[in-house]
Amino acid sequence: MNNTFQAPTIEYGQLAPLLLVFGAAVVGVLIEAFAPRYLRKSFQVPLTFVSLLGAFALILVQVFVSGVPTAPAAMGAVAVDGPSLFIWGVILILAAVSVLLITDDDHFVPQAAAVPGSAEEDDALAEGAAHTEVYPLVLFAVGGMLLFAASNDLLMMFVALEVMSLPLYLLCGLARRRRLLSQEASVKYFLLGAFSSGFFLYGMALIYGFAGTVDLAGISRALGTVSGQDPLLLIGTALLGVGLLFKIGAAPFQAWKPDVYQGAPTPITALMASGTLVAAFGALLRVFWVALGNLDWDWRPVMWGVAILTMVLGAILAITQTDIKRMLAYSSIAHAGFLLVGVIATGDARQNADALSGILFYLLVYGITTVGAFAVVTVVRDAGGEAGHLSRWAGLGKRAPALAGVFAFFLLAFAGIPLTSGFFGKYAVFAAAATGGALPLVIVGVVSSAVAAFFYVRVIVLMFFSEPAADGPTIAVPSMGTAAVVTVAAAATVVLGVFPEPVLRLADQAASTLFIR
Amino acid sequence: MTTHYLVLSALLFSIGAVGVLVRRNAIVVFMCVELMLNACNLAFVTFARQHGNLDGQIIAFFVMVVAAAEVVVGLAIIVTIFRTRRSASVDDANLLKY
Repeated sequence: MNNTFQAPTIEYGQLAPLLLVFGAAVVGVLIEAFAPRYLRKSFQVPLTFVSLLGAFALILVQVFVSGVPTAPAAMGAVAVDGPSLFIWGVILILAAVSVLLITDDDHFVPQAAAVPGSAEEDDALAEGAAHTEVYPLVLFAVGGMLLFAASNDLLMMFVALEVMSLPLYLLCGLARRRRLLSQEASVKYFLLGAFSSGFFLYGMALIYGFAGTVDLAGISRALGTVSGQDPLLLIGTALLGVGLLFKIGAAPFQAWKPDVYQGAPTPITALMASGTLVAAFGALLRVFWVALGNLDWDWRPVMWGVAILTMVLGAILAITQTDIKRMLAYSSIAHAGFLLVGVIATGDARQNADALSGILFYLLVYGITTVGAFAVVTVVRDAGGEAGHLSRWAGLGKRAPALAGVFAFFLLAFAGIPLTSGFFGKYAVFAAAATGGALPLVIVGVVSSAVAAFFYVRVIVLMFFSEPAADGPTIAVPSMGTAAVVTVAAAATVVLGVFPEPVLRLADQAASTLFIR
Repeated sequence: MTTHYLVLSALLFSIGAVGVLVRRNAIVVFMCVELMLNACNLAFVTFARQHGNLDGQIIAFFVMVVAAAEVVVGLAIIVTIFRTRRSASVDDANLLKY
């Protein structure tokens, strides 16, 4: 027995983006504790932006100056490889853009502890109180997303999952208007999220029982050497899959998504719909490709079923929706299904790299368009807040042509019309899947895209070809942040749709090394 | 014999999962989730014994910390909804649907 203690090595350079975001979150909590109330926002907002953009700069330094690492960091717990760095970059961009929306105080409750409709709430409103805790919470959630996508062992992944989710549960309940809906969304998200992480954890326990380790590479090695423990492995894989598929909102675990997206404050919905989806796909790919890659004969048929169900259910249920945010939630479910098609398209290393590159590009374009679409939703207002009901959007094209035009453009990008970024995203994933032998899935995908295009176009027709209601919604003058978000998202959707080459090449490069073990 | 502990852990996990599905009070639902997490802990510790390494026992500590954090967040959310509606029943929270 070797009794000398060996200190673990931590590659601080590789982990710097993570440490910066978490460090800023902790400083944000200290600001909440010590800074006077009227100064807090002017500290928190710059801190949040500096840390997100600083982390992004650190990633650029790592990619272009110090080179992409070839071995996992932190004793094998975190893998900072090409796909991780790409996903980190995407998450940080999406988070920074969402924070621009969040800086608009108008979306958040002045005092969450005050009962809706009570005298305390009126006092808090009159006093101009605001929850600046939102910023550190967002930073913790973003840090969790970064770690979730890069964790190379299941324990780290579980902790990251919770660090990502717990702040989001709270943020969901902080909407300024329609507070009952918001609180209900928060409770539902929390209970279902905790339930699903219980499944994830039990799956992890069974896989630990099978392999004797929770290291993804170790599990992969154990697949070839351990025999006679297959029930543990198979049940463990299934439970782990439930936990991860819940986070991406794949059917049959999609029920939380429309409720939570509708009830949460719209900037937080934007953050969840983009960042969480990206991070969860990173983690899902890592578990199923790195740890369970040699088990693909067992999980692939189930994934086929899940992908088909998710695409079809998302596209069909979206048609029946009358609320714009719920419709976007179902559209997000359908997109999760399209992305799952890419996850299934495994094969040899070259095939895997193609599929991975397609998924990475899709995640970027879908995320940025989603944030833009939710930003538009925040400015179409009624007396009681955002005009959620679709009938209120009738004739918007006549009242606010520019805004309706941009929104129509985002919807076309979701539908995957050529010359928008959505087209190349879908094309990259479906092409990789078709060459990977998942042709039936691609056919289902294309058909459900067509169904989905129907409800996107229906909204466009509603906005441009019906008469505006006499008491239609008002178009709030967008704050600087909101206007910037819409502009950035629209520009990205155009540029990535017309000239996707550089970013596609970047995704190819990131994917070419695949996941390191 | 570690099998008994594994069976017990599976039983506890199932009781927790069924409880989440059938109980109506958000606090009780939440307690059932905690029961599931504790069932996982038991499985981790048992497997650690079986494999003769300490990973499982360390993981159990992490799970406890995470569960404690989850209690803080969860109770805050449940208390908020109770103060608003004077009820913690998950059946009463039914404004968001379809």
